[in-house]
Amino acid sequence: MKILVCVSKTPDTTAKISFNADNTEFQSAGVQYIMNPYDEWYALVRALELKETLGGTVTLINVGTADDEQVIRKGLAIGGDDAVRIDAAPKSALFVAKQISAHAKSAGYDLIMLGKETIDYNGSEVGAMVAEYMDMPYVSYATKLDIAGSTATLMRDIEGGEEEIEVDLPFVLSAAKGMAEQRIPNMRGIMMAKSKPIQVIPAVPFEDLSVVTSYELPKAKSGVKLVQPENMDELVRLLHEEAKVI
Amino acid sequence: MVLVYVESPKGKLKKAAFEAVTYGKKVAESLGVSCTALTIGAVDNAAQLGKYGASKVYNTADALFTSFDSQVYTRAIADAAVQLGAKTIVLCHSSSGKSIAGRLAARFDAASVSGANAIPEVRNGLTVRKSVFSGKAVAEIALKSEMKIISLMGNSLQPENIGADAEVDSLSLNVIPGRIRVKSVKTQEGTVPLPEAELVVSAGRGLKGPENWGMVEDLATAMNATTACSRPVADAHWRPHHEHVGQTGVAIRPNLYIAIGISGAIQHLAGVNNSKVIVVINKDPEAPFFKAADYGVVGDAFEIVPRLTDAYKKFKASQH
Ligand SMILES: Cc1cc2nc3c(=O)[nH]c(=O)nc-3n(C[C@H](O)[C@H](O)[C@H](O)COP(=O)(O)OP(=O)(O)OC[C@H]3O[C@@H](n4cnc5c(N)ncnc54)[C@H](O)[C@@H]3O)c2cc1C
Ligand SMILES: Nc1ncnc2c1ncn2[C@@H]1O[C@H](COP(=O)(O)O)[C@@H](O)[C@H]1O
Repeated sequence: MKILVCVSKTPDTTAKISFNADNTEFQSAGVQYIMNPYDEWYALVRALELKETLGGTVTLINVGTADDEQVIRKGLAIGGDDAVRIDAAPKSALFVAKQISAHAKSAGYDLIMLGKETIDYNGSEVGAMVAEYMDMPYVSYATKLDIAGSTATLMRDIEGGEEEIEVDLPFVLSAAKGMAEQRIPNMRGIMMAKSKPIQVIPAVPFEDLSVVTSYELPKAKSGVKLVQPENMDELVRLLHEEAKVI
Repeated sequence: MVLVYVESPKGKLKKAAFEAVTYGKKVAESLGVSCTALTIGAVDNAAQLGKYGASKVYNTADALFTSFDSQVYTRAIADAAVQLGAKTIVLCHSSSGKSIAGRLAARFDAASVSGANAIPEVRNGLTVRKSVFSGKAVAEIALKSEMKIISLMGNSLQPENIGADAEVDSLSLNVIPGRIRVKSVKTQEGTVPLPEAELVVSAGRGLKGPENWGMVEDLATAMNATTACSRPVADAHWRPHHEHVGQTGVAIRPNLYIAIGISGAIQHLAGVNNSKVIVVINKDPEAPFFKAADYGVVGDAFEIVPRLTDAYKKFKASQH
């Protein structure tokens, strides 16, 4: 089994979100970065479990600048064998997918795993795009994955329910909660990660046609209106007459 | 032309479908082109999509569409766009819509926005808004390619009934066999799924144990709302995991979110802060959730929730 896991760098879940003066760029000063939780907890850990039972290798891939190496090293410390970093700032989902598939096309992976979405861009797009560029089936929101021979059995979340499905390797999947449990890297893993190879390759040229032109913070709430606990008729009245939601 | 791919689970058109068509119509108007809807498989009353803005509806049916495989759907929708000369494709931001949208973008090397939440403006190509950083900010994205793909976040606009039924024609499309084999499907019957729900009643660890969820369900039933929960509640198996909202669970944007005994941790807020109106019931006046709330009730949920249910029932009865 040769598995590729796509890992991205995102601001920590509790990071304060702010932008530069003309609102065109995220203010990264002082922000703590982490590996996107879905990539780390679910995609990477399940890939490692499969490798442990079926044998093979787990390669990490990241589209990013040298700053992203902290995230890649963490993935190697958790247990990835090696990594590829495509040296470019990730401009859009399509750009990222183009880069990942350009590498994967000739590398012969049996399985390409991603997180269900990044917690900064919230696109849920890259996986489907990689699958299309690779001409492979795509299973999104997978919550369970088992492999026997060349066939995978999965559970996937669908609108208002779930499905059990089967698909033959190779394919692309995005991982959601349920797939695996978070692993904390141990000292030995951290030491070993230092000598694991990160191959840095240049990006393939691709013109980016979707561009973030500005950011905005949501309007602050005007403040909570408190209702006396004895007076639920008043809450219902407010929801009907003032908020107009019932 | 703007082409709207309209989902029809089990042959039924739902609110998300009407929202997408109304949205497509508004995009088409601002571009000065027409709006066409595409349905796949047998659909009840597809003509009514005309009322919500489609000037024409095409339907394509094939046995290969019976179970969902994004590759099969993408191929067909891409073919429809080419045959009809569509330059903008609108889809619903549902689990299947997202996988089709991403594939279409790659297929056409098209600029895309996933989860658009407002009508785009015609500048820089097309400029579309979406929520980013898990609901903590909004981004404006300019789509500059000739082909553009937009998936529409549910509950972002109200479907508008503006016209008459449209003519429905069948369209023959390029269909390939899928490679995903569906073995079994489990759907929640009865309730509206969380991403589509307009009213949500949600509870957290403050309820102490699963045996206390009766009052939450009573309120939800009275209001015809969908139930949700915080993550520790799902982790402890007090409630099924599909009810878990937040950063790691489902992100929702209902009209009304009632949070009972939930502290309002930032990871919880990430999934619910796009709700139009938030009501918080918590015994701790310092609970962080009050800062994100529109209405708050400080007190014991075990007393307040049954009282709220009664008040709601009284209100409902007075409406008739
Ligand atoms: C990376 C990460 C991701 C996470 N993702 C999610 C997520 O997706 N969703 C999520 O929900 N959490 C998530 N969490 C967990 C989150 O940080 C909180 O721990 C969690 O939301 C707390 O759940 P709670 O509010 O139900 O429980 P608590 O924090 O224990 O709060 C219980 C509340 O109930 C109140 N209460 C107690 N008794 C009563 C009573 N009788 N009447 C009224 N009120 C009462 C208390 O005052 C308190 O405010 C995540 C955490 C991390 C680190
Ligand atoms: N810059 C990146 N490098 C590698 N993988 C990425 C990158 N950005 C996104 N991904 C992968 O794509 C998934 C979905 O991202 P998104 O479409 O942005 O929500 C993430 O969970 C990652 O697995």
